[in-house]
Amino acid sequence: MKMYISVFKLRLYNGLQYRSAALAGIATQFFWGFIIIMVFEAFYSQLANTPPISLTQLITYIWLQQSFLAFIMLWFRDNELFQLITTGNIAYELCRPSEIYGFWYAKLLAQRLASAMLRSLPILIVAFFLPQPYRLSLPPDPSTLLLFSITLILGLFVLVSISMLIYISVFVTMSPVGSLLMFGVIGEFFAGMVIPIPLMPVWLQHIANLLPFHLAADFPFRVYSGHIPKEEALTGIITQFIWLAALVGLGSFAMRRALRRVVVQGG
Amino acid sequence: MKLYFQYLVILFKSQVQYRTSFWLLTLGQFFIPFSIFAGLYFLFERFGQIKDWNFYEVALCFAVIHMAFAISECFARGFDAFSSLVVAGDFDRLLVRPRSTVVQVLGSKFEFTRFGRLVQSIIVLVFAVSNLPIEWTVLKGVALFLMIASGVFIFTGIYMLAATLCFWTIQGLEVANIFTDGGREMAQYPLNIYHKWVSRFFTFVIPFGCVNYFPLLYILGKTSANSDLYVLTPLAGFIFILPCLLVWQFGVRRYRSTGS
Repeated sequence: MKMYISVFKLRLYNGLQYRSAALAGIATQFFWGFIIIMVFEAFYSQLANTPPISLTQLITYIWLQQSFLAFIMLWFRDNELFQLITTGNIAYELCRPSEIYGFWYAKLLAQRLASAMLRSLPILIVAFFLPQPYRLSLPPDPSTLLLFSITLILGLFVLVSISMLIYISVFVTMSPVGSLLMFGVIGEFFAGMVIPIPLMPVWLQHIANLLPFHLAADFPFRVYSGHIPKEEALTGIITQFIWLAALVGLGSFAMRRALRRVVVQGG
Repeated sequence: MKLYFQYLVILFKSQVQYRTSFWLLTLGQFFIPFSIFAGLYFLFERFGQIKDWNFYEVALCFAVIHMAFAISECFARGFDAFSSLVVAGDFDRLLVRPRSTVVQVLGSKFEFTRFGRLVQSIIVLVFAVSNLPIEWTVLKGVALFLMIASGVFIFTGIYMLAATLCFWTIQGLEVANIFTDGGREMAQYPLNIYHKWVSRFFTFVIPFGCVNYFPLLYILGKTSANSDLYVLTPLAGFIFILPCLLVWQFGVRRYRSTGS
């Protein structure tokens, strides 16, 4: 366990080096946030019946999405790992006295955390002080905030285990393009990144709820704004645990299978 | 100009060499805006309209902007990826050649996989046009063509400005994404749904409004009398590239090699 923690730490420091890139990222995400909110404002301005999610809740949803982007983006990828696999340097990784699944998992987790630390706090702070109606509202009560933190962290674990599957698939296909594409487009759509899940038609919402993608992004954000009541949030946490166990199990099984017949390319 | 086409052919051949990767990327470029378009469709299914614009009108706007974006990303990719030229010191080589730097940088890279995106937006365009009750005239056709062309010029101009910044910063700057990706995202809806300050900025500073709003009004017959002038508004996009070219020339003169 100690080993995983030190890998985690190294990656974290590494990620924290890129401060100017983070600043640029923050500016970009603010712009995006404003554009998206204005589009929804325009949609909401001529609404006849009550929408499935209120505008304030939606604005909160969008700001959280923008600030925790590093937690929820599937395409947030580590080209180093892809290169390890395609160039054959994986051989070195196999020599290490640690299980490769956990090793990479820690690496990916740290990378996302580092990027989120740099980006999410500034965005959250500024968004709290924006003039109405753009302000990020506080959660209704402290227990909601607690639930939000739990679901967000569990969601992050679920997401990293999904992205592990992408890396493992490269063992078979030798090119990350195809799987990134599939996971990226489908995953992001069903995580509510294109349009929030509550605004989808009902049949699509059912599909989205069956898939694990919404657990990382959509679910914690709606817990935060109180759109998902507390009892439902608790059952959601159980679902997160089940998916997490299933994905990690599948991932480490597939990894072992892939490593057994791995062919080290080149020298 | 002949040189430019030679660059084009050579780079096309080199990209098609990696066939599977090429087709997969093209397919990806087809599906990424497709999911955005699906999102747009579902939003309209729920809300009906957005400030007096119906789904097909917005789809037309969406198609025009995405087309312009795809074309400019394909052909002006050299400016977009310019930072790598400066970092590696390869720009020195371009300077000693007896041809203009603009042509050479343009020719340094093409992304033909963006055809996927182009095809997708053409489909959306046809879909939108066939569902809109427009009485087509020659002038309206001209307006539509000018919209797309002018959009290409604006995106290219932004790429050039971002590339020029590299002369000072050496690094590529992510901030430029606000105006390329962000501009695309913003301009896929008609400009008047946004607040005044946004629409003013994107009409008078970066003239996206002249691409996606005024000519669109004309094509859809939403203008008042004396409307033929609206056809000419996309010309602002062509004018936009002139200062960008000047800034570029200025930047080239200030260029200091990174060596290596």
